[in-house]
Parts: sequence; structure tokens; C-alpha cells
Amino acid sequence: MSLAVDLVMVLLILTAAVWTILARDRRDAVIAFIVLGLLLSLVWMRLLAVDVALTEAAVGGGATGLVLLRACARLLPVEADGALPGLRLQVAVGVLCAVVGACLAAVILSPPEPAPSLAPAVAAHMEDVGLKNPVTVVLLAYRALDTLLEKVVLVLGLIGVWALAPDLFWGGRPASLRAAVPSGTLTFLARVLPPIGVLIGIYLVWNGADHPGGTFQGGTVLAAMWLLVMMADLGDPPETRALRLRRLVAVGPALFIAVGLAGFGMADGFLSYPPGYAKPIIVAVEVALALSIAVILGLMVAGPAAKEPDQ
Amino acid sequence: MTPATLYGLCAAALVAIGLFGLILHPSPLRKVISFNLVGSGTFLFFGVAARRGAVAGFLGDPVPQAMVITGIVVAFAATALAVALLLRMLESGAPTVDGPPEQPDDLSP
Repeated sequence: MSLAVDLVMVLLILTAAVWTILARDRRDAVIAFIVLGLLLSLVWMRLLAVDVALTEAAVGGGATGLVLLRACARLLPVEADGALPGLRLQVAVGVLCAVVGACLAAVILSPPEPAPSLAPAVAAHMEDVGLKNPVTVVLLAYRALDTLLEKVVLVLGLIGVWALAPDLFWGGRPASLRAAVPSGTLTFLARVLPPIGVLIGIYLVWNGADHPGGTFQGGTVLAAMWLLVMMADLGDPPETRALRLRRLVAVGPALFIAVGLAGFGMADGFLSYPPGYAKPIIVAVEVALALSIAVILGLMVAGPAAKEPDQ
Repeated sequence: MTPATLYGLCAAALVAIGLFGLILHPSPLRKVISFNLVGSGTFLFFGVAARRGAVAGFLGDPVPQAMVITGIVVAFAATALAVALLLRMLESGAPTVDGPPEQPDDLSP
């Protein structure tokens, strides 16, 4: 019975994936991709990885889908956008890709025994850190350097997006996100949902230490609420030159680096926490990071400046 | 067959399907979407490895799970940057297959 559910899930995922590639219209392809992201977040639940399921639903399906849909709206309508080159080439590439897939499948069907696992190493350190969510322990203690570098990647990505603004518009507002056709439903939702959404975002961040959730998931929910307000035309994207905005972008990574450097004096080295104080430090870093992530994700979806800065 | 193995095979298929689109689609936006498909398949491999490594009282190995969370966010950042580059390229009038090309010769540098 249980396996039948998984089999149906796999069939749905493969259908969505094939449709993503074969759809003639690019908008259909993006919508199939969003469906795929939501199905994948269900798969992560089946694999008992709740933290990943939340991230996949919020970022993989939601935020990425929004970026792609905005791109579709701004591209010219072109017929047969999804046209693939000649049949002979399709067959040749198809065979090669099938070989790659078959090799990967062979790896899956001959797994190493016993399965390699770093779980015991994490379990040994959970006591020292004092958190109950093992994924948060890995993200902010055991492999904190990865997480720090990833935050730096986010900031660099945002700088990259901003750098694409024409000289004339540097520091101005990004293009408006409002829907082409005003929708009463969207405006209504944008007035009703944000208080609830902000509460859920804060809950996910606060609870991430001991239960599924954390900075990414909470930060993305906060970003989604901000984007909803902008899409319903209840607020414009902010000027990218605003100092307060840039401070919000930097506060999370800056605090994380400061905590890391403090580790040299107060503990064993970079990014190590003084014994007994690990939990309060981690929660403080998580709150700052969630704020930065919310602002960075929202600004990345909004895109580069597209208007001249106000005088 | 365990569910983890089934999803492992699904991941292999996702990578193959994404690779197919990445190679064959002429449009940059469709290439970005296809590349995200390859990424999703790769992340699913991590999920299968995490589920297999469920020992010490955990439901799954938390290390690959944390890496996937990091990976999903980095993939989003890369996608947003790629889409911004793509739109800028079109606005600056560079010939691509996403706009109506004047002549096929325009595609060569």
C-alpha cells in the first residue's frame, strides 16, 4: 500500500518533468516546473526530511517559480518557443541522456553496505550545542562554514542582479511587481494574509532550534508576504540605494562573521561557540540571518533597478 | 523495493530528462528551467542517501539534508541571477532565440 503511494508520486513527478521540457509554450513549462517543485516537497515528506520539504516548497517551487513567471511576462510572445531541433538529433541526445540516467540508476541499485552515515558524529555533538533539531545543529554548528559561505553567495548574487541595472537607473527602484490586470482577490489576500504569514515566519525561525523549520524557511515566508504586498500594488519595491535596506541585507552575514571571529578569542577557533552559550548565540544569528534572507530573496525576485532614483 | 530506492530511480530519471532539455532547447530561459530540473534530481539523490543513513535514532542523516537546504537556496540565487542576465541581454538588443531573430547569421559573434 505504502509503496503504491510512492509509485503514484514518481509517475506524477516524471509527467511534470517531461511536460516541463516538452511544453510548447514557456509559461506552460514554468507552471509544470512549479507543480514539480510542490510534488518534490511531498517526496521530501515521504523521505522524512521535513526541513528540506519546507525549503523546497518555499524556495524551490515558490520563489524560483515566481522569478521564472516574471521572466515569461517580460519576454516577447514568440511562437513555438519550445520547438526542439530535428528528430535525428533528438533521438541521439535522448539515447545519451538515457545512458546517463541508467548509470545513475545502477549506482542507486548497488548501494554501499553498510550505508555511510555521519549521523553518529552529529549525535555526539548535539549535547554540546543544546539544540534538538539535528538539521539546525549541522547548519549552524557542525558545518557552519558552509552556511556562512552560502549567505555570502546570496549577497554576491544580489550584487550581481543589481549590477545589471543600466547606469541611468543605478540606485533606483526595481520594476513594479504589480499584476497587469488588477485583481480584487489578490488585493484582498495581500491585506489579510501578511499578519498571519509574518507570524508563521517568526514561528518557523524561533522554533527552528528544536523542531523542523529555521532561518531559510522562516525568511522565505517573510519574503513571500512582502512580495504579495508588492504584487497587489499596496507598496512599491524600495530604492536599491536606500541605506536602511542595504544594512538589512548585510546584518545577517555580518553578525555571523563577527560571531565566527569572536570564536578565536572565546572558544577553539573560527565559528566555534563558547561552551554553554551555543544556543543563545545560534538563535541570535538565526534571527539576523532570517531578516537578511527575507530582504535578499524579495530583492532578487524584484530584480535590478528599472527606474531613475528619486531626487 | 524500498521507497528510498524508488525515489533514487526517480532522481536518475529527473537528471536524464533535465539534461535532455538543457542540451536541446535553443531558448536560454528553457535551458535555465532544464538546469533546475537536473538540480532537483541531484538534490533527490542526497535525500535518498540521507534516508539510507538513518542511524543513531535519527529519521535520516542530517548532514546531506542540511547540504540540500543550502543547495536549494544557492540554486535559487543562481536562477535569479541567470534570469536577470537573460532579461538584460534582451533589453540591450542582443540577438537571442527568445526574441524574433532577424537572420540566423546574427547568432554568430
